[in-house]
Amino acid sequence: MATINSKIVGMQKVILDKELLEITINRLCQQLIENHNDFENSVLIGLQPKGVFLAERIKKSLKEITGKEMPLGCLDVTFFRDDFRRRNTPLKANATDMPFLIEGKRVVFIDDVLFSGRSIRAALDAMTAYGRPAQVELLVLVDRKYTRELPIQADYVGTHINSMLSQAVVVQWEGINGNEEDSVVLLNREE
Amino acid sequence: MAELSVNHLLGIKELTRDDIELIFETADHFKEVINRPIKKVPSLRDFTIANLFFENSTRTRTSFELAQKRLSADVVNFSSSTSSVKKGETLIDTANNILAMKVDMVVMRHASVGAPHFLSKYVDANILNAGDGTHEHPTQALLDSYSIRERLGQVEGKKVCIFGDILHSRVALSNIFALQKQGAEVMVCGPNSLLPKYIQDLGVKVELDVKKALEWCDVANILRIQLERQGGDISYFPSLREYSQYFGINKELLDSLDKEIVLMHPGPINRGIEVTTDVIDSENGIVLDQVENGVAVRMAVLYLLAQKRKGLSLG
Repeated sequence: MATINSKIVGMQKVILDKELLEITINRLCQQLIENHNDFENSVLIGLQPKGVFLAERIKKSLKEITGKEMPLGCLDVTFFRDDFRRRNTPLKANATDMPFLIEGKRVVFIDDVLFSGRSIRAALDAMTAYGRPAQVELLVLVDRKYTRELPIQADYVGTHINSMLSQAVVVQWEGINGNEEDSVVLLNREE
Repeated sequence: MAELSVNHLLGIKELTRDDIELIFETADHFKEVINRPIKKVPSLRDFTIANLFFENSTRTRTSFELAQKRLSADVVNFSSSTSSVKKGETLIDTANNILAMKVDMVVMRHASVGAPHFLSKYVDANILNAGDGTHEHPTQALLDSYSIRERLGQVEGKKVCIFGDILHSRVALSNIFALQKQGAEVMVCGPNSLLPKYIQDLGVKVELDVKKALEWCDVANILRIQLERQGGDISYFPSLREYSQYFGINKELLDSLDKEIVLMHPGPINRGIEVTTDVIDSENGIVLDQVENGVAVRMAVLYLLAQKRKGLSLG
């Protein structure tokens, strides 16, 4: 199986371009509003590292639509992962910033790509340090089908794709890592 | 890099600057963890750690034990006063007996210089030096530098003076290595009888006048006068009263400077001897920050060393 750091080769295929991504984020926000009404008891949690960019976008769009400032935390799951000491490449932790307790709240986890489901499992564990939420939902931009290693599914999905293990889905945000435009692309990795 | 260059933490001397940076970045995350409502992560839940303290320690052992428990490791404590060391068992036998109980990591304090280095060659476990004789005390130096970095933003370019008993101090030596690796300037200050000969060969400045030393430095790391070494066969200075008169740091001295100095002390403090209470308890004193950071830094070291021990085993 290809590792995360393996070389990217060949053509890339754009799954969502800037315009489509904008529409998708908007739709995800509308779905959230449908389920959470006035967001009285809801909080957003972006999963480090990449889910945080999407979470900030969602927060911004929700504010534009509803006029409400949603509480947003970012959660790093590195110390809760199940592959510590089992993987070849060392894990690097990121900052956790949870400015609120989640006791009794409705939590929405936000991540960019749902792949094996293992980081979501770790996040469910990591979250408990901040209380017992009333409910937890998962929002992802891209759901890679048939790659799950755990029984975990998303509640809100930007787009589903069929991809091979040798491929990588990369979400690029304007101004981050030198990207010029928002997009979601599918890449081939060298075996 | 996200991995240490070493498998054991024997001393600061063996570490690279990148290692120190990595430990500090990791400690930042653990500092956040220990301020959560639930201060525990499961990273080392399949790990067993033995704390072998052949010399007395309260602070360091408690700090290590807390760090280990916050990482969910299983911990066994072992102190020489209650062990078979008293009955004449050798160091290797003691360690191997403990390892036979399936221990992954050993944290050791020993009165002999080089004891952890020796152990690391003969036993299959990650060794973490918690102080060996008058040689090194790496985690103390790391938490000291981490506390300076936290207070002043960075260690590089800062002037740090270590006051007191440099001769018997493993904290001093580890601090000198750590600070120099991070690009700080180091001075030592104390009575001639408590400064090692040739200490300047390590590239540190030597000053006998406390006032001049204080005028030079940004950070004063005040070491404990080891009372147990005084008044036995050898006395290193005539009396405690004289020591505190000539080398003690007090408010009058600090007020005579036209700057603020960060004051550190590894503890336990002899109040009124090496430093007065009003000074060390002032807002420039960061003694309790050092203690809090000690847990975070030790968690980082334990985590990063554990990461070097790959995979599960049945043996």
